[in-house]
Amino acid sequence: MKTILGIRPKQLWLALGNNRCFHLLAMFFFLFFFQNIGAQEEIVEKKEDSILYINLDEVVLISSRKALGQQKQTKPLSSLDEYLESAQKVNMVKRGAYAWEPTLNNMFSERLSITIDGMRIFGACTDKMDPITSYVDVSNLSKAHVVSGQQGSEHGTTIGGAMNLELHKSNFANTGLKGSLESGFETNNELRIIGTALDYSSEKFYIDGDIIYRKAENYFDGKGNEVGFSQYGKYNFSANGGYKVNDGGKLTATLIFDEARNVGYPALPMDVSLAKALITSVGFEQDKLGTFSDWKSKLYFNKVTHIMDDSKRPDVPIRMDMPGWSDTYGFLSQLQKLTGKHNFLLKWDGFYNKSLAEMTMYPNNPNESAMFMLTWPDVRTLNTGFYAHDQIDLKGGSLKLSTRITLQNNKVADELGLNSLRIFYSDMEQAQNHFLKSVSVQYHRHLAPFHVNLGMSYGDRAPSVSEGYGFFLFNSFDNYDYIGNPGLKNEKSFEGNAKISVQRAKFKTSLEGNIFHISDYIIGEVDPMLSAMTIGAEGVKVYSGLKYADLVNVSWDLEYSVLPELKWSWTVSYHRGTDNDHRNLPFISPVAYRSSLSYKKKTFSGTMTMQGAGKQTNFNGIFGEDQTQAYTVFALAFGKTFYLSNDWVYTKVGLENIFDKYYSTYTDWNNIPRMGRNFFLSLSYSIN
Amino acid sequence: MKTIKLVIAAIIFSIGFSSCTKDDDSPIVEGNPLADYKMVSSLKANAHTIEVYSKQEQYTIGYNELFIRIKDDASDSYISKVEISWTPLMHMSQMQHSCPKSAIVADGDESVYKGYVIFQMPGNDVEYWDLTLDYTIDGIAYSVTQLLDVKAPADNKRRVTVFTGSDDVRYVLAMMPLTPEVAINDFSAMLFKMKNMMTFSLAENYEVALDPRMPSMGNHSSPNNENLVYDAESKMYMGKLSLTMTGYWKINMKLLNESDEVIKGEDVTDENPESSLFFELEF
Repeated sequence: MKTILGIRPKQLWLALGNNRCFHLLAMFFFLFFFQNIGAQEEIVEKKEDSILYINLDEVVLISSRKALGQQKQTKPLSSLDEYLESAQKVNMVKRGAYAWEPTLNNMFSERLSITIDGMRIFGACTDKMDPITSYVDVSNLSKAHVVSGQQGSEHGTTIGGAMNLELHKSNFANTGLKGSLESGFETNNELRIIGTALDYSSEKFYIDGDIIYRKAENYFDGKGNEVGFSQYGKYNFSANGGYKVNDGGKLTATLIFDEARNVGYPALPMDVSLAKALITSVGFEQDKLGTFSDWKSKLYFNKVTHIMDDSKRPDVPIRMDMPGWSDTYGFLSQLQKLTGKHNFLLKWDGFYNKSLAEMTMYPNNPNESAMFMLTWPDVRTLNTGFYAHDQIDLKGGSLKLSTRITLQNNKVADELGLNSLRIFYSDMEQAQNHFLKSVSVQYHRHLAPFHVNLGMSYGDRAPSVSEGYGFFLFNSFDNYDYIGNPGLKNEKSFEGNAKISVQRAKFKTSLEGNIFHISDYIIGEVDPMLSAMTIGAEGVKVYSGLKYADLVNVSWDLEYSVLPELKWSWTVSYHRGTDNDHRNLPFISPVAYRSSLSYKKKTFSGTMTMQGAGKQTNFNGIFGEDQTQAYTVFALAFGKTFYLSNDWVYTKVGLENIFDKYYSTYTDWNNIPRMGRNFFLSLSYSIN
Repeated sequence: MKTIKLVIAAIIFSIGFSSCTKDDDSPIVEGNPLADYKMVSSLKANAHTIEVYSKQEQYTIGYNELFIRIKDDASDSYISKVEISWTPLMHMSQMQHSCPKSAIVADGDESVYKGYVIFQMPGNDVEYWDLTLDYTIDGIAYSVTQLLDVKAPADNKRRVTVFTGSDDVRYVLAMMPLTPEVAINDFSAMLFKMKNMMTFSLAENYEVALDPRMPSMGNHSSPNNENLVYDAESKMYMGKLSLTMTGYWKINMKLLNESDEVIKGEDVTDENPESSLFFELEF
């Protein structure tokens, strides 16, 4: 995508309302990114080169730090989760108001590759309360690339696809010193946001810094009931710098520190007293290396600490602490080569991750010893891989071939943890090796007036730490304890995708679909012989490989320019997931739709959106699901820019869930209701 | 060049350092074969000092492995080639009884003798244990009786149980010492029939079914336990005990005879949270 649109400073900005409202600009980028928008203020260069149609990624543009850009965003200071939710293939699983877990093509994080500037980071929570997207803030980022299936294997092995969050960098833009102040307020949960950013950039050197603070109280659902334990507070600091050592070479460095405290998870029996991440990297980039170009290398380290506890809960069967730690050391190095019709990319990457999590339970009898176990037994993952792709320009079309080969070694370093797992697997080895491979072919052809895209691919993945080595991980969704299985086979995916699109001056539409046939699909299956550890749990599930599972996603998009200033857009999607016994897979979206009407003229903008889903008919009680009812919600937003001498002040006001609808979606953990009516206001002051 | 020199210097220094510490680390081998054990009693009688050592801190109810040696006070040397037998006796207000015990045999070192005693109950103000040692040195028989202070274990957890089975036989079941770990532990126990107040005999070829539970955590169980079965060689019942976490575990048991009839104990169910036959562990 980045190769498709050349975006000038007056960028398109997107934001989504809290209630998955869809906005017109989101449509532009997420659904029709490669098409000529023909907009007025946005200056979009459309390259005619058909090779650019081959990449079917969606780009979510994020920026809270430039008032210029905020004009295009419906809710500039919304959380990253809200931005990601606007991507067409992305849904967010909610366990509360904070740290939503992204899913892509109805697949969860263990089937995805989620990276920050290509860096691998792994959450430290056994219950997925800290997806890595919770450790960055919109103030750090410029965009998120969302890629489906094996096309996402550039940054790591994946089944469902990839999300790469790109950090904001001034990149030697020679803009001098620029600053901004941001503040936001939302009525429903008294969310207060305050942030500031300061960038300095010259031709030789740049440094960008920002800090943002968010604090929210409990939110209220559509019936006016307070959703207890939905509060959160967090701050995030980041600094990015670059220095040109010579004409073609530059050094870069990144530091992000993110800390959330007192985060409630209303859908779960526990909260988080601390979630903290330190993300660092140093890099070197050189324009030319022999006959190659764009040589980029990076060393990185990140450390995540996650403290789960239930000290704020008034009534629990037993008190417990569940801290977790995840440290990752990694590197990557890549080169490009452009020759004639070919555009090669070669990449070598690797990481070493340590994942450790504990559980200590305090009996009600104070004289009794605490109960202790390792829920992640200090699993060390050593992973290294080669990735290569070639984009070939064909006459009237293009072809992209890509492949990844990865070696992964998993080792249980803690003896107590190893012995714990050997209770279940007496002959388990301390270490397991996985050889992973991915190949993908994408083809694009321009058959005027249509663009046709076809793709096929194969890829596999190793089991995640929880799937391979988790020890009595309680899942409050299906009310089962989960035991990892070190003998799991790699999960393998055959995937096909197709897209047909057409564009006219005022109108464009596309139909897109993908299908995944996944063998040895990893999922928890009930073992009736095992006794649940967690009080009140129904039993124990052991991760095992289903013979196969099939997932299908189909979507249809439409956009129409009623007037030059007024656009209407529409998207509807269908999803289905079944296993080899025709059982429904969990967390598969019902029919979903979004529509928006957007008006923009000079310094004023307004959007009205409608978003909803049909009744969930394909659900599965075995996996803890019940039927989710249909819903439709509406939102409104208005923005206005003021000029003060040389500076800008940008205001945005909006109303989400206008009719105070009480609803929850299929991704809402234990059916916690969504936020009711919410009024938001954001104010940005940009000092040029 | 400078770097290489530094590296060499570092290597030399580290070798020198480690060889120095090696000397310091090597402890002088103690001549006392019972240095690792705790002397639980020492008694002077018959111009001898009779020392009793235990792996535990005290005489404790349940299984006690005891080491005995006898010192000649005159020569201040430990005597070998001693024949020893022993009789522990509980003096209760209405009666007296003994407990299961082994014979006493020499333990490698000629002057050290060992055996085990399984006390069923602790002493108190009015009821007490004593231990009579009859020993012969060079054909001369001696006898000594000493009072024992038998206590409940520090954690007060049950490691021995006395019961009357459905066959009207009185049994003593004692857990062998265990350092529990979060793992599948080797677990063993000894089973005796009580023939009369003074005589206990090994009960062979029974089976002990295990069902460990955590009462503080919803009474959950653990997987892949193996029932205790009789091992003729060690004369013990051996099996596997799986403990999925630290904390307090109640090891519920059922004693089965050769025809799989239940002699003692009940299944643990939602209505019946524990068996009447159980051991306890806390770690």
